[in-house]
Amino acid sequence: MIKVENLKKHFGNNEVLKDISVSINPKEVVVVIGPSGSGKSTFLRCLNLLETVTGGHVYIGGVDLTDKKTNINKVRTEVGMVFQQFNLFPHKTVLQNIMLAPMTVKNVQQEKAKQKALELLRKVGLEDKAEVYPDSLSGGQKQRVAIARALAMEPKIMLFDEPTSALDPEMVGEVLEVMKQLAKEGMTMVVVTHEMGFAREVGDRVLFMDGGYIVEENVPKELFENPQQERTKSFLSKVL
Amino acid sequence: MDFRFDLIGEYMPYFIEGTFYTIGVSLIGILLGTILGLLIGLGKMMKNKVLAFPFNLHIAFYRGTPFFVQIYLIHFGLIPALIGTTNGLVAGIVALTLNASAYIAEIFRAGIQSIDKGQMEAARSLGMSHVQAMRHIILPQAFKRMVPPLGNEFIVLLKESSILALVAVPEIMYWSRAFQGQYYKVWEPYLTAAVIYFVLTMVLSFLLRRLEKRLATE
Repeated sequence: MIKVENLKKHFGNNEVLKDISVSINPKEVVVVIGPSGSGKSTFLRCLNLLETVTGGHVYIGGVDLTDKKTNINKVRTEVGMVFQQFNLFPHKTVLQNIMLAPMTVKNVQQEKAKQKALELLRKVGLEDKAEVYPDSLSGGQKQRVAIARALAMEPKIMLFDEPTSALDPEMVGEVLEVMKQLAKEGMTMVVVTHEMGFAREVGDRVLFMDGGYIVEENVPKELFENPQQERTKSFLSKVL
Repeated sequence: MDFRFDLIGEYMPYFIEGTFYTIGVSLIGILLGTILGLLIGLGKMMKNKVLAFPFNLHIAFYRGTPFFVQIYLIHFGLIPALIGTTNGLVAGIVALTLNASAYIAEIFRAGIQSIDKGQMEAARSLGMSHVQAMRHIILPQAFKRMVPPLGNEFIVLLKESSILALVAVPEIMYWSRAFQGQYYKVWEPYLTAAVIYFVLTMVLSFLLRRLEKRLATE
């Protein structure tokens, strides 16, 4: 589903991703952990080309994103993304936030888009918030709307970039709950997070990144209980 | 000093006509200037420096030279070259439009760049094209932030339109100068003009304040 080959990314002289290769299977939930500055967010953002790639290849469903002829907008409709800062559209209601992309990008009829949006709001437990503006929502509610907005495009893959890092602690649970449900339904997910509990419980595989490399990857139980690399051990001893 | 209200009364029809001209050319100037300003602002933001250069030059020229100079260049140079004859009204509107477009381009650029880049990223991540994201996400939010500086520019433009008198556009200052020439009076015409301009800008800033409030609560 996702295949990354020798991915490199630098900002000027600052090499953020040095050589990343990994492949992710359909329905797999991959959790990316690592210290800040390790390149995990940049890695995630390369998977839908929010960052331009400076070397290597990224394939989504067999399509090479680094090929200039690839229609990136088309690929992005199949790769949803949830951001740390939610990035809801503040000038649109919750319902409009969710309906906009299906209507403008996929030309879905308004009535159909609305039905789908309401259905998704029910799924994330916010059907009563359809008509309000994002400003009046709590952080956890905003993030759940952001998830619904991404799902409205019916993506095959969902990317989560530290989805709970900007939330008050009591709201983390409600967002993780939605993500767990999504994982259960078989969504292919790549999640950058500091929530080790989530990684352990929901992840099929955990990647530990540091210094622009994937230092270690394994099933969660093994990686957390029996880390092989020094850097992994030292990171885990600080966060667990 | 005896202040001749009767002469002001005599000139009132001309002042009224002049006021309509002032309002008219200002409205057209701000309207066309806004449209042109948006295009120039977007042009200036192009990543390709070569393509952006003409837009930068346009902005630099109209911001860097006096409006007085610009209107003479346009009235005696540009318009005759284009239509074969001088036409004060056309020259005045063109000059106001071009001048305003330079300032408005910068207002647009500042407004667009003030929108958090996460908004563009979110829109693009949903598969929207750059143009779609601009149209549905960035511009509507940027417009709201542009209202105060745009209003400011509108007020500046309204006052600047007084220079159109020098190319015989029959607006407020044109009639004031005629008044002075006819009766050798100074205070009567120019105080009247000052009062009219002052009332116009006051009304305008009142309307703008209300618009800002309405946008803020939306």
